[in-house]
Amino acid sequence: MRYITQRFFHAVLLLIAVSFFSFALLQLAPGDFFDAMRLNPQISRQTIGTLRSEYGLDKPLPIRYERWLRSVLKGELGLSLASNSPVAPLLRERARNTLLLSGAATVLAWLLALPIGIWAAVKRGGWADRACGLATSTILAVPDLLLFLALLLLAVRTGWFPTGGMASAGVDDLDRWGRLKDVAFHLALPAMGLALATMPALIRHIRSSMIEALESPFLRAARGHGIPRTRLVLRYAFPAASNPLISLFGFSVATMLSASALAEIVLSWPGLGPLLVESILSRDVFVVVGIVMLSSVFLVAGNLIADLLLFASDPRIRTE
Amino acid sequence: MTKRRKYRGVLILLAAFHCLILFAGFFAPYDFATQNRDVPFAPPTGLHFVDAQGNFHARPFIYGLKSNPGHPMTLVAEQGEKYPLRFFVQGSRYKLAGLFNVNLHFFGVEGPAPVFLMGSDGYGRDQFSRFLYGGQISLLAGLLAAFLSVSLGIVLGAVSGFYGGWIDAALMRGGELFLALPWLYLLFAVRASMPLHIAAGQVFLLLIAVIGLIGWARPARLIRGVVLSAKERNFVLAAKGFGASDGYVLCRHVMPQTYGVALTQMTLLIPQYVLAEVTLSFLGVGVGEPMPSWGTLLAALQQYYVLSSYWWMFLPALILVPLFLAYYAVADAFQERLKPATL
Repeated sequence: MRYITQRFFHAVLLLIAVSFFSFALLQLAPGDFFDAMRLNPQISRQTIGTLRSEYGLDKPLPIRYERWLRSVLKGELGLSLASNSPVAPLLRERARNTLLLSGAATVLAWLLALPIGIWAAVKRGGWADRACGLATSTILAVPDLLLFLALLLLAVRTGWFPTGGMASAGVDDLDRWGRLKDVAFHLALPAMGLALATMPALIRHIRSSMIEALESPFLRAARGHGIPRTRLVLRYAFPAASNPLISLFGFSVATMLSASALAEIVLSWPGLGPLLVESILSRDVFVVVGIVMLSSVFLVAGNLIADLLLFASDPRIRTE
Repeated sequence: MTKRRKYRGVLILLAAFHCLILFAGFFAPYDFATQNRDVPFAPPTGLHFVDAQGNFHARPFIYGLKSNPGHPMTLVAEQGEKYPLRFFVQGSRYKLAGLFNVNLHFFGVEGPAPVFLMGSDGYGRDQFSRFLYGGQISLLAGLLAAFLSVSLGIVLGAVSGFYGGWIDAALMRGGELFLALPWLYLLFAVRASMPLHIAAGQVFLLLIAVIGLIGWARPARLIRGVVLSAKERNFVLAAKGFGASDGYVLCRHVMPQTYGVALTQMTLLIPQYVLAEVTLSFLGVGVGEPMPSWGTLLAALQQYYVLSSYWWMFLPALILVPLFLAYYAVADAFQERLKPATL
């Protein structure tokens, strides 16, 4: 129990530090949202001054941070300058879409990577293993950007997949099942791209930790007892290899989120990524801070889940 | 032995590619900003040795361009007049490796037909020349940013591992802050804190600073690990026992053990950072037009009609694949040969 509370406490502290860090970084940035207005001769300096004080931009940093924290506690995450409304509702739907995409891609990537990695480890040195190694190192060298652009080309050229968005026109007329199918149809391409982009690293790690487990003395002993191979691999080697893999899951959340932001932008999936670029270009600071915070919340949550899984699966941690 | 030879081959190829980029002005037939508005989106020019009559020419030649009948907005080679390719020709002025004013080009074509080895973009600018010039920005940004974050990592990691205590705790907690944000989001956030519209040179330095500064945590952790085990080795303890100062032990005995890891990290980070620059410029928050970078070259693909009609616009991205493969292969070789000695 101490382990869990410790991890949880650590995560919360980290988030507070990240929030202050990102807030300070963005608030201290030269120039603000009203720069564009200043160039407009029809808007007087006074109006801009009033607007600035309305949003609290004229206050010193600690006060601004405090005001922002208050609004975070209220669940608003500050005011968006561009749309003059609380940030949280703007982010809610986007965050849901990002989670949907990266969640689906994570599931897909692990479902594919686990059997491939285990297979490559079992057939170590064989042609399958070598082909797999070649494929993973090639895909690792392919820039994610190129991968997503290629998938977009596929969608544009063949018309098998929608080229963006997450709903077809007239989707509201469909029943629940139809709407679900429509979302899945739109999700397919970005999720596939993301899974493909993150899989090679997963396969490599799974393979190497499986090889380590397969070569350990206790497994040789188990083999000596005449335990059938499938059982040997799945029941004996895999649980032993799963500890580093669970930590890897925590790390892979970070890569997944980054890759997801890029995929969302290129394949126009309405997630946090495109909104982030938009709000950077329009200098809508509170939205940027909100998105950056959310992304780190996801990441920290992913790591926390990994820690909990580790706690559940590894007796050594529980007895410590 | 064969393995070593293979890596030597990769290293030579990599060096050759970097020379190509370094002397972009010499190898590029045109300036990166030269526009030919009458030949937008020209396909890559084919170098021919055999003409329509079946005669062989030792000197390669090219055909001119004409609009493609039946396909509006596209151009094809016109199988008529032959324009021979000439080597070491005089052309537009440029600065060789940023130092000397020269107008000698490796190759070029006399006459009205342009030579576009990788096709041309929407303004009729030569993609090949733009790729080479763009490499100067993207590759240099990657190299410098990797150098920056590995140097930071070496210094902070070494200090943290060697002294331990509260310095170690503070530095490693600080590093966690950087690891607690998804990389691309962090990159965007730091980029957002910088002014949007500034001069090209400033953007370049800014990008390097942004990319390099946020990446220090991972190398620092690795270096710290090496230093932790290195400082317990017997010869280090012996030096300490002889009364060597901290600074001496650190520089003379501990740091040399970390260089293998540092070099491997740097080789791994370069492609990643090149990609970071490409991504930022692709999204319009990096180096802007008319300066070419590999990211701005790809930005044209954001339009669906470019994406689906002009395949050669993908070429700059495709060339990155073998380049990155080479970098990873070299990193593997470094890792193999420069492994820190185990206790």
